Amino acid sequence: MTSASLRHAVASEAAVSEPPRSVFGWLFPVAVLAVIGIYIRAIYFTPIEALQGAAQKIYYVHVPSAVGAYLAVGVTALASIIYLWLRDERADRLAEASAEVGLVFLTMVLITGPLWAHRIWGAWWAWWDLRLTLTLFLWFVVAGYLVMRGGLDEPAVRARYSAVLAVLAALLIPFIHMSVYFALPRMHPMPIVFKPSEPSLPGEMLTTFLLSMGAFALLCIALIQARYRLAVLRELAEHDEEGTR
Amino acid sequence: MNELRPPGTLGAALLVARKDLAIEFRTRTAFLSALVFAVLALCIFYFAWDGSIVSPTELAPGVLWVVLAFSALLGLQRSFGIEEHDRGIDALLVSPVSRESIYVGKAIGNFVFLCAIQVVTMPALALFYNVRGGRPLLLVAGIVLLAVLGIVAVGTLFSAMAVNTRMAELLLPMLSLPFFVPVLMSGAQAATRVLQGRPVAEVAPLLKLLVAFDIVFLFACTVAFPYTLDE
Amino acid sequence: MDWSGNRGARQRNSMKRTGPRTEPNAYLWTMSSPPPAVEVSGASRSFGRRRAVDSVDLTVRSGDCVALFGPNGAGKTTLLRLIAGLIKPTKGTVRVGGHSLRDDAAMRARVGLISHQSMLYGALTARENVEFAAKLYGVPRPREAALRALERMQIAERAGAPVKSLSRGLQQRVSIARAVVHEPSVVLLDEPYTGLDTIGGGALTDMLMLLRSEGASLVLVTHNVDEGLAVASHAVVMIGGRIERRDDVADLDPRAYLADYRALASNADRSGRRPANPVSVSA
Repeated sequence: MTSASLRHAVASEAAVSEPPRSVFGWLFPVAVLAVIGIYIRAIYFTPIEALQGAAQKIYYVHVPSAVGAYLAVGVTALASIIYLWLRDERADRLAEASAEVGLVFLTMVLITGPLWAHRIWGAWWAWWDLRLTLTLFLWFVVAGYLVMRGGLDEPAVRARYSAVLAVLAALLIPFIHMSVYFALPRMHPMPIVFKPSEPSLPGEMLTTFLLSMGAFALLCIALIQARYRLAVLRELAEHDEEGTR
Repeated sequence: MNELRPPGTLGAALLVARKDLAIEFRTRTAFLSALVFAVLALCIFYFAWDGSIVSPTELAPGVLWVVLAFSALLGLQRSFGIEEHDRGIDALLVSPVSRESIYVGKAIGNFVFLCAIQVVTMPALALFYNVRGGRPLLLVAGIVLLAVLGIVAVGTLFSAMAVNTRMAELLLPMLSLPFFVPVLMSGAQAATRVLQGRPVAEVAPLLKLLVAFDIVFLFACTVAFPYTLDE
Repeated sequence: MDWSGNRGARQRNSMKRTGPRTEPNAYLWTMSSPPPAVEVSGASRSFGRRRAVDSVDLTVRSGDCVALFGPNGAGKTTLLRLIAGLIKPTKGTVRVGGHSLRDDAAMRARVGLISHQSMLYGALTARENVEFAAKLYGVPRPREAALRALERMQIAERAGAPVKSLSRGLQQRVSIARAVVHEPSVVLLDEPYTGLDTIGGGALTDMLMLLRSEGASLVLVTHNVDEGLAVASHAVVMIGGRIERRDDVADLDPRAYLADYRALASNADRSGRRPANPVSVSA
């Protein structure tokens, strides 16, 4: 299928669908319940880890937040590529929505990270923690993406520039990863890519862990969907306003 | 009618670069302000540390890279500003030169500009911080050259984008600095290890990373540039 | 033979063609009808929800000079930018010499653009600006070509002055010199008389007549009907993104035309005509 015919098919489908009736669909309450459920389980029904104490339970927020963050940022990157290919404004709206959600999850990672690191290693920030450092730089990139969007008024230019930035940022991530890996002074025995307790969690903790990842992924998708619908409703409201002026 | 022979891609790029440098040479504002900033920053860093605890010679490599990053931003700001002012960019777009040549030309101009700044800044650094000369310094200069290439590749593209937004001066640093991170990290570490006399095996992967970054982003930004123009 | 099929002086002197197209049957090709200088077919251009150019059809045959009149906001500048290849049409096609300027560099070498802004570099001198343009187009002996162009616009004596030190009107003259230094066969002009005094205006009109005598085609956007009718062979009125009327200048009485045009323009104002069909949001 050529790009032009695909574009036409997408556009004609778009004209038919109806605007959403509200911002939050059914997925959101389900996701919230899932997250609450997980934390009840994590706090009351999961054993406390011997070495790290109760603080280890931050783990059930920290890693799933990272999962949600990477999911959201990945959606932004993919949606941006789709936008450059098809020039469909819906792809741009999706990219914006998941970038905002991604920023929230990245912030969660950056808050819970030091809290946990302080307990485990005694230092507030662990530069040798590859994932944490990567998350920090990713935060700046996504923040820059959103600030740039804020500085562009014309929708077509905004969408195009955002898509270009997102694709370049996707290219950048492996380079940051590698430069942190190679450039950090070897004061710590080894760069820690996986958390110490990850590969060998005993049964119950593993279950809680996996469930919390699922719950956060669900929450991430629900939030992206909600934010997307908000964007659609906002645009419709602007359109009506312009029509009556 | 004359037979027109429009220049090829590289010829057009060099034309654009020469034009940019001629303008810069004529006004000198950006060059002088970036230079003054760089040298002043060197001095400030020196006094910000307690010289009896941290030897300036150890401090020097770090300062070099910080000053490089920020003076680069000063130089990159003006790169597309001149095209925006009276829409000189329209004249370029309507001419037979390709859009990619415009980007390459601007990048070459920025590269020469930044190298010119470094030609003054690096000796000043060696002077103020009592860095001994010798072969390692030449290697460091080579590493800086590679780093400037990467900085110019992304900086030129973001300069083109930032000039079309409402807050160009804020946005250029905000967008560029995360992209400078791999360059600064690898370059700084490589330079430090070279100055410490570490074996080649510890420096080689960083250099390879720098070169890979340069190649990937020079290509990617050349391809991305036409998307930043009016459609 | 160049595509305009015109036997101007320069054409007689050289059977060579610029650009990469030198098919052996070029002669045969131009015996059938050559493509028109400018051909706009059903072109529309929207910015977000605003449709600036709405299904415009316009053909400029080679050697014609089309004056494009219309009130502010009529879409004239947008149409010119579409022809110049600076922006793409959202619908329809725009071709110069049978090609889209966005894709064909060789055809761009035959086009000159004069717009609202000077497109000059303030820090460089007048000569340097025009010489830069000459080099971009690959004009042989660019320095001399630049001085010749400046002379034609009566500004040779200020050739060594930095452009930012010149008044708006003198800058405009330099800008015009820059646009024609490569002797284009299609010239697109957007309000070129803005800021020009009598001498400058006279120099521009002379320049346009000279270009026309060499077989060039012109598209002249202007709100000054008198100046437009003085050089044009055809007159087109654009209102609200659409073409409202087309005339051969030879058939017109200038005073009557001016009155009609004023009536058209103020009618459009009064009826508050807005560009039709705002683009809808997809969900």
